[in-house]
Amino acid sequence: MQSPANAPHPPNTPKVAALDGEGLERLQAIIARHAGTEGPLLPILHDVQAEWGMIPEAAQPIIGNALGMTRAEVYGVVSFYHDFREVPAGRHVLRLCRAEACQSMGADVLADQVRVALGLDWHETTADGRLTLEPVFCLGLCACGPAAQMDDRLVGRATAQRVVALAEEAR
Amino acid sequence: MKDFIIPDDRDLGTPASHSDITVTLTVDGIPVSVPAGTSVMRAAAIAGITVPKLCATDHLTAFGSCRLCVVQIDGMRGTPASCTTPVAEGMVVHTQTDEVAQIRRGVMELYISDHPLDCLTCAANGDCELQDMAGAVGLREVRYEPGKNHFQRRENGELNPEWRAKDHSNPYFTFDPAKCIVCSRCVRACEEVQGTFALTIDGRGFDSRVSAGLASDSFLSSDCVSCGACVQVCPTATLIENTVIEIGTPERIVKTTCAYCGVGCSFDAHMRGETVVKMVPSKDGKANRGHSCVKGRFAWGYATHAERILNPMIREDYRDPWRVVSWEEAIRFAADRLRATQEKHGRDSVGVITSSRCTNEETYLVQKLARAVFGNNNTDTCARVCHSPTGYGLKTAFGTSAGTHDFDSVEETDLALVIGANPTEGHPVFGSRLRRRLREGAGLIVIDPRHIDLLDTAHRNDAIHLPLLPGTNVAVLTAMAHVIAAEGLFDEAFIRERCDWDEFLEYRDFLLDPRHSPEEVERQSNVPADLIRQAARAYAAAPRASIYYGLGVTEHSQGSTTVMAIANLAMMTGNIGKPGTGVNPLRGQNNVQGSCDMGSFPHEFPGYRHVTDIETRKLYEQVWGVPLSDEPGLRIPNMFDAATQGRFKGLYCQGEDVLQSDPDTSHVQSALASLDILIVHDLFLNETSNYAHVFLPGSSFLEKDGTFTNAERRINMVRKAMSPKNGHADWEITVMLANALDAGWDYSHPSEIMDEIALTTPSFAGVSYDLLDREQSVQWPCNAKAPLGTPVMHIEGFVRGKGKFINTEYVPSEERTGGRFPLLLTTGRTLTQYNVGAQTRRTDNTVWHPEDVLEIHPHDAEQRGIREGDYVRVASRAGDTTIRAKITERVAPGVVYTTFHHPTTQANVVTTDNSDWATNCPEFKVTAVQVSPSNGPSEWQEQYRSHSELSRRILPAAE
Repeated sequence: MQSPANAPHPPNTPKVAALDGEGLERLQAIIARHAGTEGPLLPILHDVQAEWGMIPEAAQPIIGNALGMTRAEVYGVVSFYHDFREVPAGRHVLRLCRAEACQSMGADVLADQVRVALGLDWHETTADGRLTLEPVFCLGLCACGPAAQMDDRLVGRATAQRVVALAEEAR
Repeated sequence: MKDFIIPDDRDLGTPASHSDITVTLTVDGIPVSVPAGTSVMRAAAIAGITVPKLCATDHLTAFGSCRLCVVQIDGMRGTPASCTTPVAEGMVVHTQTDEVAQIRRGVMELYISDHPLDCLTCAANGDCELQDMAGAVGLREVRYEPGKNHFQRRENGELNPEWRAKDHSNPYFTFDPAKCIVCSRCVRACEEVQGTFALTIDGRGFDSRVSAGLASDSFLSSDCVSCGACVQVCPTATLIENTVIEIGTPERIVKTTCAYCGVGCSFDAHMRGETVVKMVPSKDGKANRGHSCVKGRFAWGYATHAERILNPMIREDYRDPWRVVSWEEAIRFAADRLRATQEKHGRDSVGVITSSRCTNEETYLVQKLARAVFGNNNTDTCARVCHSPTGYGLKTAFGTSAGTHDFDSVEETDLALVIGANPTEGHPVFGSRLRRRLREGAGLIVIDPRHIDLLDTAHRNDAIHLPLLPGTNVAVLTAMAHVIAAEGLFDEAFIRERCDWDEFLEYRDFLLDPRHSPEEVERQSNVPADLIRQAARAYAAAPRASIYYGLGVTEHSQGSTTVMAIANLAMMTGNIGKPGTGVNPLRGQNNVQGSCDMGSFPHEFPGYRHVTDIETRKLYEQVWGVPLSDEPGLRIPNMFDAATQGRFKGLYCQGEDVLQSDPDTSHVQSALASLDILIVHDLFLNETSNYAHVFLPGSSFLEKDGTFTNAERRINMVRKAMSPKNGHADWEITVMLANALDAGWDYSHPSEIMDEIALTTPSFAGVSYDLLDREQSVQWPCNAKAPLGTPVMHIEGFVRGKGKFINTEYVPSEERTGGRFPLLLTTGRTLTQYNVGAQTRRTDNTVWHPEDVLEIHPHDAEQRGIREGDYVRVASRAGDTTIRAKITERVAPGVVYTTFHHPTTQANVVTTDNSDWATNCPEFKVTAVQVSPSNGPSEWQEQYRSHSELSRRILPAAE
């Protein structure tokens, strides 16, 4: 017979350590702000990401519990949206469109040049934590491809020179 | 659905639609009429046409993701998915055109491009829907070059980042992501069928994968309760039973009934030779509708466990080691001792205890043994310690000792009142069916000292929890009735028609007394008056309100009163006799209902007819050919009392571990030790057998024919899937014992026993094995008036005539907290273990529940310096034991809770001998205790362990 002391991990218990202390209080404050609203999950997740820069795994069971959902359901939503992060991004985020219209306008070549110039591969962040490079699938700027986005600023007919300059500026 | 073996059990693709409107359409030139709302796919299947499909199964609502089931419909653009397209009048459907054939092949080609082609060595070979569909659509080549995929572990020598290892964390099934086609059937089954929502789809697009819980979770650490629904619907080998991996595909199916709880799920035993490959819930099972729980689905390994005893054994004294002997010798020894005991101590000095786990036929024989062969009425059953108050209370109020409705009725209820029951743990398949209804919007009231899991149902509607102090059920229910009476919420028309109006007025006067007001009751029960009012109003206002209750109602000194209070509530609000309402006891064991029906009680012949009833006695005297006693015999607690007083000296105990399951263990111990002859008939050397002189090895439910009767009065067939490993089915063993006592019984098959039951019991008059084979199951009463049984009772009028209101005065239990014992202990059950655990402890279910723990509120724990996982001593007036503590807010302050599945902790050492005033059902649910830190096992536990080891010695067989 197993005893809890030597059991590897108790069944039906998340492996991630439970959120407690000040982190838990911050999360509960966010949940409370959305109590009683319709469809509160996405607004809560946005606020959590604003607070932590990511969606901590330990927050997901607590959010689920508060909304009458399970942690699996919350995780399904979090993992569906690429904008909900598992780790915080750098201070600035550069996105390069990789969708078909931009590809036909040379987005792949642009991407290679930018990656070399910045020394970053997809989803990587500079050592100083100031810049993250990400692919994106369509920014809705198909008429002016290839397209890019530096934080909130959209860039049409992007060139390596211009994109790298913007990135350097931000750094 | 893997439906390769039974052709008539076809998967029709989408669930049935319930509509009165019939729609006629043509599928491939064949006209077919179906209820409105039916999918084109199902209509085609009904017409005998199979449309290829992967994500659709009739267990689940249509999803429309695989795009394999596309068809062409005249007048509709494009190629709609047949699973999500409802039928329309006059629709003309073409399921096989060149265009859809091409689409299907294209879709299949994409699926196969990301699936390993190791079919020959795959565990699902021959039972794989992907394989079948590739054949059905005529896929002949895959044009895609090998590229990014999920199934190759290594690519060009590098580890494939998309590949994931198999998840072996669940002991019963394996999850292999490499074989997954992301049809979402498992996720949907977990949500729709089981209601646990443990699974999800992680990511999207090419990155989509099935995930149990969070990214860091495994199946075991997730919310998964191992019900097996996901494995059942998986079309590939992605989720597959470990036994299928080990053994291979089965070759035949035996339809039978689960031997665990009172839900009585129908199962298909998939066999290879005499080996069970897997147990799969039957889609046509009327109690479970194709669903199962971890116990019935997976925990059947005990039937072939190494500790099972297969040879009869005897010994002169219970302190001697056992001696393995032949069946003849064991039966002779038992019969001689019984006879000698009766000669020395009188006819009434011996008795029997029937089992709620054995079949109706076996139970019938054991009580017949007492009445016809021993010549007394000393027969009782473990229902004594669980649902005897149900029998008494419901018979008094309605006229029958049984639940009023079938489980299907829950699908129509608007509000479920759950009292003293924990369906998601104790009756999991019913729990899932209730949860489904709660998600559809039904209200929920839970009256329970604990915050049970049902309250945590995902996506449920409103719920009210009345966290009462253990032992105050009657007060709270009477206060609810007070509110209904005071606010005029009762159903006058119903009461006038179906009950006695004057009697109700009397009851109303009783209720309106201020001592039954919610404010007064709040002081006794700790339930806020306002919550009681809310609950009463919600119950009375619901168009169709149902009550489901369990042992938390009956195992009290006021158990029978509570059952009557429940009946009163249902009658005064007219919640009887129509679907979605009723009073439904959730029976603990598979055949509690049946063992009661079969005359296990000392005062009643089969069919609940009193032993003093001359007509009935004459009938049995005629059929059995012996004179019968008209004096009620001893109940179980009376047997033990009489034993300690030296008046009761012999007991035949079939399939029941009284030492572990009955209250006040020390008292039971001394009673058993005083017997001259104790015959234990069981699968294992159980705790009771530590005091036995004869051990007769029993047969498992897989090894015999018979019937079980579940909580909804449904008589289900149990069918022999393998020959008894011990050599004889249990009914044969009872016959041998009876015949050694010159009974002259000559049954050759259990069907003959059922014929005798039908002949002598009016409510079973129409039951026969032929009928059961034809109908699969029937609900009694089954007779000339209801030849196919009775799903809902009391539709036109109550069986007793007018429904009876009984004043339900609250008489507090004698068991009270005080300075020495300030906490109230209540007991219950956990999902993965069953009763005394004799079966489930011998399976991998121990992964989930390796030992019993004591749940204690953080406040009470802190006061006593108890930390999570500490050993604590639980002491009552009756005894003490040690157990590990679990600190949780599920229990209220002042209440502690534990389960009784493990003999080493023995919760019943501390329970007292208080019992129900009417039926002697023990008060398991209320014991005043003190809890304190402890270093290790109590003195009793040490003594017991050493005795237990000593008494289980078996001498090596003589050469």
